[in-house]
Amino acid sequence: MGEQAPIVIVLAPLFGALLIAFVGIRFKALCLPVTLGALSLSLAATVETFRTVLARGEFVYLLGGWKRLQEGDGISIGIEYRVDTISGLVLLVIAAVSLLVAIYSRTRVVADTPDRVPYYYMLYLLLVAGLAGMTITNDAFNLYVLLEISSLTSYALIAVGSRRAVLSAFNYVIMGTIGASFYLLGIGYLYIKTGVLNMQDIHAVIIANDLAESPSIRVASVLILMGVWIKMAFFPLHAWLPNAYSYSPTTTGALMAPLVTKVMIYIMIRMMVTVFGLDYSFRATPGMPLHWSNLVVTLSSIAIVAGSVMALSRRDLKKMLTYIIIAEVGYMVGGAWLANEKGMTGAVYHIVSDAFMTLCLFLAVGVIIARTGQSRIEGMNGLFKKMPLTMAAFTIGALSMIGLPPTCGFFSKWYLVGAGIEAGQWHYVGALLFSSLMNAVIFFRIFEMAYFPKEVNEAEPACFDPDAHPLETLEKTPSSMAIPLWISAVTLIVLGVFNYTIVQWIASALQSLNFFPAAG
Amino acid sequence: METITSPIPLFACLASLLAVIPIVAFGKNPNLRESFTFSAGFAKLTLVLLMLPWVLDGKIVEFTFVDEIVKGVPLQFRVDGLGMLFTLVASTLWILTSLYAIGYMRGAHEGSQTRFFAFFAVSLSATLGVAFAANLLTMYLFYEMLSLATFPLVTHHQDREARTGGRTYLTYLLSTSIGFVLPAMIYCYWKSGGNMDFSTGGFLAEKVGPTESLVLLLLFVFGFAKSGVMPFHSWLPNAMVAPTPVSALLHAVAVVKVGVFCIIRVFTGVFGTDFLKTMDVAVVISWIAGFTVIVSSLIALTQDNLKRRLAFSTIGQLSYIVLGVSLLSTFGVTGSILHIAMHACGKITLFFCAGAIYVAAHKKYISELVGIGRVMPVTMSAFFIGSLSVIGLPVTGGLISKFYLVMGTMQAGHMGLLAVFLVSSILNAAYFLPIVYKAFLCRPEESQFEPGIKEAPLACVVPLCITSIMSVLLFFFPGILLDLASLITGVGN
Amino acid sequence: MEFFEQLIIPKFNYWIYVILMMIGMRAMIAKNNLVKKLIGMAIFQTAIILFYVSIGVKEGANIPILDHHMMPGEIHGGDPVVVAEFANPLPHVLMLTAIVVGVATLGLALAMSQKIYRAYGTLEEDDILSQIKLEPND
Repeated sequence: MGEQAPIVIVLAPLFGALLIAFVGIRFKALCLPVTLGALSLSLAATVETFRTVLARGEFVYLLGGWKRLQEGDGISIGIEYRVDTISGLVLLVIAAVSLLVAIYSRTRVVADTPDRVPYYYMLYLLLVAGLAGMTITNDAFNLYVLLEISSLTSYALIAVGSRRAVLSAFNYVIMGTIGASFYLLGIGYLYIKTGVLNMQDIHAVIIANDLAESPSIRVASVLILMGVWIKMAFFPLHAWLPNAYSYSPTTTGALMAPLVTKVMIYIMIRMMVTVFGLDYSFRATPGMPLHWSNLVVTLSSIAIVAGSVMALSRRDLKKMLTYIIIAEVGYMVGGAWLANEKGMTGAVYHIVSDAFMTLCLFLAVGVIIARTGQSRIEGMNGLFKKMPLTMAAFTIGALSMIGLPPTCGFFSKWYLVGAGIEAGQWHYVGALLFSSLMNAVIFFRIFEMAYFPKEVNEAEPACFDPDAHPLETLEKTPSSMAIPLWISAVTLIVLGVFNYTIVQWIASALQSLNFFPAAG
Repeated sequence: METITSPIPLFACLASLLAVIPIVAFGKNPNLRESFTFSAGFAKLTLVLLMLPWVLDGKIVEFTFVDEIVKGVPLQFRVDGLGMLFTLVASTLWILTSLYAIGYMRGAHEGSQTRFFAFFAVSLSATLGVAFAANLLTMYLFYEMLSLATFPLVTHHQDREARTGGRTYLTYLLSTSIGFVLPAMIYCYWKSGGNMDFSTGGFLAEKVGPTESLVLLLLFVFGFAKSGVMPFHSWLPNAMVAPTPVSALLHAVAVVKVGVFCIIRVFTGVFGTDFLKTMDVAVVISWIAGFTVIVSSLIALTQDNLKRRLAFSTIGQLSYIVLGVSLLSTFGVTGSILHIAMHACGKITLFFCAGAIYVAAHKKYISELVGIGRVMPVTMSAFFIGSLSVIGLPVTGGLISKFYLVMGTMQAGHMGLLAVFLVSSILNAAYFLPIVYKAFLCRPEESQFEPGIKEAPLACVVPLCITSIMSVLLFFFPGILLDLASLITGVGN
Repeated sequence: MEFFEQLIIPKFNYWIYVILMMIGMRAMIAKNNLVKKLIGMAIFQTAIILFYVSIGVKEGANIPILDHHMMPGEIHGGDPVVVAEFANPLPHVLMLTAIVVGVATLGLALAMSQKIYRAYGTLEEDDILSQIKLEPND
């Protein structure tokens, strides 16, 4: 593949989707192999790209061969794909998670949506293509298009679930459209001022013409931030997320929960770093009593605390996890806005680790639902005895969420807390620790329920929602579900032990940036 | 100091962890299963003894897993005198406890024994990991592993009482380690400029001011709640719902000693006693520990449940160790280190006895033990020796560590704290000796025991005899322990 | 009056898009009927499309189509292209994509509202919510 690898990352799932449209509708058995093939190809291309990035530092791919006006530094005409180590890591996460979930989906898609298997996999591949494209593209408008591709497919993927899922998806459409429109509007303002759409060029024009003080640029930055915050479910813009993820089919939840919010956080970081520049993002705004960054970090502290508290009050596993996601979004937004290198590093590292933690937990919950037919905490009595391996994987995921070593969750917390101390943002440090403790309470409540037999827990009879979950349950966990679950659980520990390598990769992409000492 | 790079510490740590696989695989065949526990135990002890001559020579054994787990901090094992002493105690007593556990678990017809032995082995690995840890991060990793691995042991009975006890256990241990130790650790990492290696001078020396030091010390002392310093002590009495072998090894030796071990490391390796001496902050810790010693002894007096009384006694004895190290005097630190070993032998004997009484006579309360010495003379004699050691009377090892602790207090010039030792020794005697007295010296008609009751199974009685003899031997031959302790403090040679 | 001359009249296109957007936003949030919400969403998106279209406009400019005799001088020998004579085509092209996206979103959302109607027998949000309250929750 070599020089063409970056485009293959996006095209493989795209053409896979087309192939399913032509072939898969007639031969249903081919849907999964095509999906797996496309995603494996995408993963191989991602690995190849990432290796090149490690060697060269950056990999620029010009779509359609449209060269820049003057070689090197002139403005670009066509769409550019640009991969550095950070976007490379996010791409790796997308490719790996989507492949694992595709393997996992073998029995689930047939069970959840028996009559729409080809359409499901088509949407699945399009969603992956959209997410990968968003991460890889260096063109602000192209990003909008791919954002909408991934959003449209995810609305549909959610809506194939129960009737509550359709309603949740409808709310998601409304919120998602507002978010995407804000983003589009922001890009419009940037375009008015700069006349270019390539992210690097926008930044160069802003710097060259000293536009940073212009109100248009400020409006643009606020609009874009609002847009991505809605899309990533940053508290208090989170209302669409819990229902959408928890009522959706198992596979959808397992694919979207790890990826969609994380990619949006990556987009936010890309906007902060590449488009507006750190000087712009982190400096004090004249006429405003607070630093921007202080304000955002405060907001994320609130998000972390609120997410954790809301998670605590849920009795349904999937719902609970969705609220934890909201808290985790706060981790990353806060880390990115701490205005020091450690914080940014921690935020990016947490994108990777949180994706796998969420994946592991959602896969485990999927297995629990498949085996017991429901997902309420009260229904988990004696699960450690009934399915020890699944629960062991669930435990690893939970420990990572709590942040115990040597799982990756500990190390992301390590970097984020360290950055918080360095920046003097004590409330953020406090919020992180609070959320750790809350997660400990949440998960040990589950362990307790699953570890002790029924008579000790005196659970009320589990309440079945025949509409939301299939009643027939599996006797045995199929290996197509167990293997991805275990791969994700082991990944958590591997990511933890080798976190320094990853952090060095992230640092190599950040080293050219000029961080302010501390904005406290 | 010479450094030897060798994977032996890793093997020693892994010996029990790897034993989990055959233990689970042969869960259906108890005898085969237990043989693996023993082979792992002896393998571990052999490996530890292999390293002993090196350590006594003043060499240091090192092994690195990951060169840099975070910037500047490796995941590393380093065996020095302090770690060696703790490891020796823990791995020797593990073998005895395994023997005892077989007798107890079968004698008391406990269920889920495979799970029990598997998690027991994991706990031992975590304990050794803490003992060998070369830096704060590695230590924290194994500290947390120990908290989690002991949870299924504490809640072994899986009844309502176990659930409550287990809940308290984890709430205290996890909330303090995440809430206090983690931020303190990250703050240290930041302040020291990315270094967390335990060194004789302390990696944080000269890098923090008095107020910061005090706050960090408090965070560490309370954060390592396994040490049971008040007010974070009440997990220990609650953990007594566990089967007795767990209480014996974990809640008299491994878990609680890991707590004080971490605190000793913080004083000697993180701050350095010399640096702390330049400020007047450690005395706050001394008084907190002194308070714990007295109050826990008073509470122990009121407890009728034998295991709970032992638990409160443990809390007091642990605070001796914290108190000793916080004196910052060489004798005090030596006394603390010695007390880890001395108290371990004494207290494990007492727990073994409590368990043996439960297996043989199904008694849990002290008020029911009148005359038990007549039917279980061996057990109660061992109990007597164990209590002598804990009180600190001759001819038991407890006297030696207490002697060093008192010397240390005088050396540090805190005469007020001498009163703590005095009062507490009297209280210790007051809550132990009446049990022994009533067990043996009662009129025949007072005895609550039918003549039919016999000693517990041999597997229970042998270990407790061995540990009580060890307590006595340690009085006569404390040499090796003193040598090991002197590697840290320079006293004794 | 000065306010009008300086802020409203020269920038009337912005005001129109802002007003349209707010109408759409209000419909999305405040309307009870799901289809009305969707109409609000369409208005909201159209407002942004109008905004983009309006920023490509130049006063007195022509449509951006080049006769081939107007190609740059060095190649064809004709007059050089004066950029100011042509409207900016790029925002308009971008909006073709945005229109497609808008239509697709609307179509998908309408299909969903159809499915909701089948499931709940109504499209009024508060009726649906009152039905949901009766179901087991969380």
